[in-house]
Amino acid sequence: MSTSNKKILGILALFVVIVIVTAMSSNNFFRPYNIENLIKRISPYTVISIGAALVIITGGIDLSIGSVIALSGTILPYLLVNSGWSVAPAIGATLGVSALIGLMHGLLITKLRLQPFIVTLFGLLFYRGIARWLTNDQSTGFGNQFDGMRDIVTKSVSIPGFSFISIPNVLFLAVIIAVLAWVFLNKTIFGRYLLAIGRNEQAARFSGIHTDRYVIMTYILCSFLAGLGGILFALETNSVQPSGFGNFYELYAIAAAVLGGCSLRGGEGTILGTVIGAGVLQLLRNSINLLGIPSSLEYAVVGGVILIGAIADELFNRIATMRRVKHK
Amino acid sequence: MTTTFSQPEPAAERVTSVPILDCRNLSKAFPGVQALDDVSFHLGKGEVLAVIGENGAGKSTLMKVLAGVQTPDRGEIHLDGKAVHLDSVLAAQKHGIALIHQELNLLDNLDVASNLFLGREKTRFGMLDQAAMNADAVSYLQRVGLQISPSDRVSKFSIGQQQLIEIAKALSINARILIMDEPSSSLPAAETNRLFEIVRQLKSEGVSIIYISHRLGEVKELADRVFVMRDGKPAGTLQRDEISHERMVSLMVGRNIKQFYSRTPPKEGSAVLKVTDLVTPAYPEKKVSLEIRQGEVVGIAGLIGAGRTELLRVLAGVDLPLGGTVEVDGKPSHFRHPRDAIRAGLMLVPEDRKDQGLMIEDSVADNMTLPSLGNLAIGGILQNRSEQRKITVEGISSLRIKTHTSKKIVKFLSGGNQQKVVIAKWLGMSPRLLLLDEPTRGIDIGAKEEIYSLMDQLADDGMAILFVSSDLEEVINLADRALVMHEGRIAGELGRDQLTEQAIMSLATGQLA
Repeated sequence: MSTSNKKILGILALFVVIVIVTAMSSNNFFRPYNIENLIKRISPYTVISIGAALVIITGGIDLSIGSVIALSGTILPYLLVNSGWSVAPAIGATLGVSALIGLMHGLLITKLRLQPFIVTLFGLLFYRGIARWLTNDQSTGFGNQFDGMRDIVTKSVSIPGFSFISIPNVLFLAVIIAVLAWVFLNKTIFGRYLLAIGRNEQAARFSGIHTDRYVIMTYILCSFLAGLGGILFALETNSVQPSGFGNFYELYAIAAAVLGGCSLRGGEGTILGTVIGAGVLQLLRNSINLLGIPSSLEYAVVGGVILIGAIADELFNRIATMRRVKHK
Repeated sequence: MTTTFSQPEPAAERVTSVPILDCRNLSKAFPGVQALDDVSFHLGKGEVLAVIGENGAGKSTLMKVLAGVQTPDRGEIHLDGKAVHLDSVLAAQKHGIALIHQELNLLDNLDVASNLFLGREKTRFGMLDQAAMNADAVSYLQRVGLQISPSDRVSKFSIGQQQLIEIAKALSINARILIMDEPSSSLPAAETNRLFEIVRQLKSEGVSIIYISHRLGEVKELADRVFVMRDGKPAGTLQRDEISHERMVSLMVGRNIKQFYSRTPPKEGSAVLKVTDLVTPAYPEKKVSLEIRQGEVVGIAGLIGAGRTELLRVLAGVDLPLGGTVEVDGKPSHFRHPRDAIRAGLMLVPEDRKDQGLMIEDSVADNMTLPSLGNLAIGGILQNRSEQRKITVEGISSLRIKTHTSKKIVKFLSGGNQQKVVIAKWLGMSPRLLLLDEPTRGIDIGAKEEIYSLMDQLADDGMAILFVSSDLEEVINLADRALVMHEGRIAGELGRDQLTEQAIMSLATGQLA
C-alpha cells in the first residue's frame, strides 16, 4: 500500500475513534439534528482546507485564508445591501476579488520571489483591515431580504423514505468541489505538475514545466476557495463581525491539510486525506461541546490532537522503515 | 662497503614495519550489505595512501570506521602498535585522526575562527575568547598557505579556499592521520595544484594521509601506495612503481575493460544549432559563436568558472541571453523558458542531478514521463497509462537501467542509473541536440562506459551532442572536436587529431589566445 493511502487510513481511524468515543459518552451525538449540524460545519471548512492543501502541495503556505474569508464575508452583504446589486453579479464580484487576491499573491511569490509566508502574512493583516474599514467595524449581514439565497446554503434536502434525516445543501457543494479537486490533482497533468513543483521546483522547470504559471494558479485557487468559504460562512450565520469573522480559519485549513497527509515541505498530499482532516477538526469541536469539556479548552484539545497526529505519523514511519530494512 | 650501505636500510624498514595505523580484519555489515568484509591495511608515518574503488566498494564505510563515525562489527585498529577503540568522532580526534568529508562541513554563516574551533571553543570567564581563537586560527591557516583573516565569514571564500580551511581545522586538532574524501572533486585545476602542494608539505611534516579519489591521474601523481577496494573487500595494493592507470582500473572493476570509448568519425550532417555572438549573463562582455552538426559529438572543455555551464543553460532556455542569435535547423529561435528550448529539440542533462535533473523522492516512472506528460494528455486530462508505461519500459530496457520496477524511488538507484533516468526522460521527446553538463560526474567506471557508448550511439543515429566535461580524458576520447573555453569566451577549437591534454590545458588557462 502506498504511503499516502496509509496516511488516509490513519486519519480515517482517528475520525472513527473520535466518533465512537463521543457517541458512547453522549446520546446526543447521533441525533439527526447534531449530524446535520456537523455536516453543515464540516462542509465550508472542507472547501477552504482543499485550497490550503493545494498551496501546501506546491511547497507554499497561505496564512491569509481567514482574512480573505472576512473580506468576502463583508463584501457580499455590502454589495447586496448597501450598493443594491443583484445576487449573481454580487457573488461573481466577491469571488472575482478573492481570485484577484490569489493572483497578486502568486505574482509576488513567483515574479518578485518573495517568500509565501511573508506575502500571505501581509494578506492576513491587510484584508482584515480592509474588511473592518469597509464596514466601519460594524457587524453586517443580509437581513431578511435575501432568505431565498440563504436557503440554498442553510436548507437541507430530505430523502424520500428517510424522513428522520435530511442532507444539507452545502454538503453537495463541498462534495462537488472535493471531487473536482481530486480529478484536478490526480487525473490532470496540472496535478502532476503541482506535485512535481512541490518536490523540486528547479528540476520541474528544467523539465520544461512553466512552474511560475502553476504556482500562481494554485494561489488563485486557494484564495478563490477561501472567498467561496467566506460566502458560505456568511450566508450560514447571517451576521458578519469583521474583526472576528474567519479568525484563525487559515490555521484550521492548514491543520486539516497536514493531518490529512500534506507535507509542509511540499510534494505530498491528497484531497481525500484533507477532507477527512477537516472533518476531524470540526468533529472534535462538536465532541468538546457534547462531552461537556469547557469550551475554553477547545484550542488546547485541538492543538493536542494535531501534535498527537504528528507524533503518531512519525512513529509509524519509523516502524515501517525498520520493517523494510529487516525484510532486506 | 656493504656495511655502509646497510646502515640506512633498517631505519627505512622500521618506518614501514611499525606503521602508525594498522587495521586488521575489519568487518562491518549493514542490513542487506556486507559493507566491509575482512579488510586489513596499514599506513606509515608521512605516507600518502590512496584508497580507490567504485561507488559502493566500501571506501566510505572504511573511512567512517577510522573516524569514529561507525564502529566495526569485527576487527581491530592499532595506532602506534596499540589497539584502540574508536567509538566516537571525539575519540578518533583524540587519537589524532581527522576526516575531511567530500561535502564541505563548514558553517558559512560563521567566521573562519568559529568554524575551526566549533565544539572546542576557547573561553575566558565563561565567555568566548575570540582573540585567542583568532590568534590560533592564523597559525593553522598559515600552515595550509592561507593568508586570510580569521574573522571573515566562510561564505566569502571560494570552494578551494574552504577546502583548505577544512584542512586547517583538521590540523587544529593536531591530526596525525588526515583522511581526505574526494578533496578535489569540486576544485578548479589551479586550486587542485595548491591542494597537492599542501598534501606534500604535510607529508614532509610527518602527517599521514589517506586520500580517496576517483581521479586516477591525481592518484598516480600523489600516492605512495594505492589500496584498491571492491565489494567491501581488499582487491589489491599497488606500490609506488606499480601504479598505472590500467592496473588501477582492472583492480577496481575486477576485469580488464576496454580502455575508454573511442568514437567512430561522424558522417557529414547538416547544422542543427548555429549560435552567433551569444552573450551569457555570467560574462556580459564576452561573445560566443559556435555551430553543431547532426551526428556530431562536441565537447566543451575549460576550467570551472569558464562559462561552460552558463552557455549550456542559455542554450537550454534556463537563463535568458543578453544578446546574440540562436538558430535551430536554420530557424531563428528565442528561448524564454526551458519549454521553448525543449520544443525546438534542445534538451539539457544538467550538472546537478539531484537538484536540477530529478525528483529524487519520486519513482523512475514519474521522473521519466514528466516532460512528456503534456503530449500524453488531452485537454489536460491524463490519458490511459499504457503510453506512459511504454515510455518507461522502453527507457529502462534501452538504457539498461538497473531497477526491478519502474516504481522504484530514484534516490535508491546508483549515480549511474540516476543519470540514465535523466537521459531517458529526454529520449522520449526525440531531442535534436542533447546538452550534457558533466555527464559522468560521480559515476562508476562501468556506468561511465555505458553512458559513453550511449552518447556515441545516439550521435550515430543522427542526434547532435554537446557536452561539458572537466575530465580531460573524457573529452579526448569521446569528442569529435572540442571547444575550449576561457573566461567566458571560446579560446580555441581542437579537432579530433589535435586533442591532447596539453593542447586543452594551454587553451583553458589562457596561455594561447
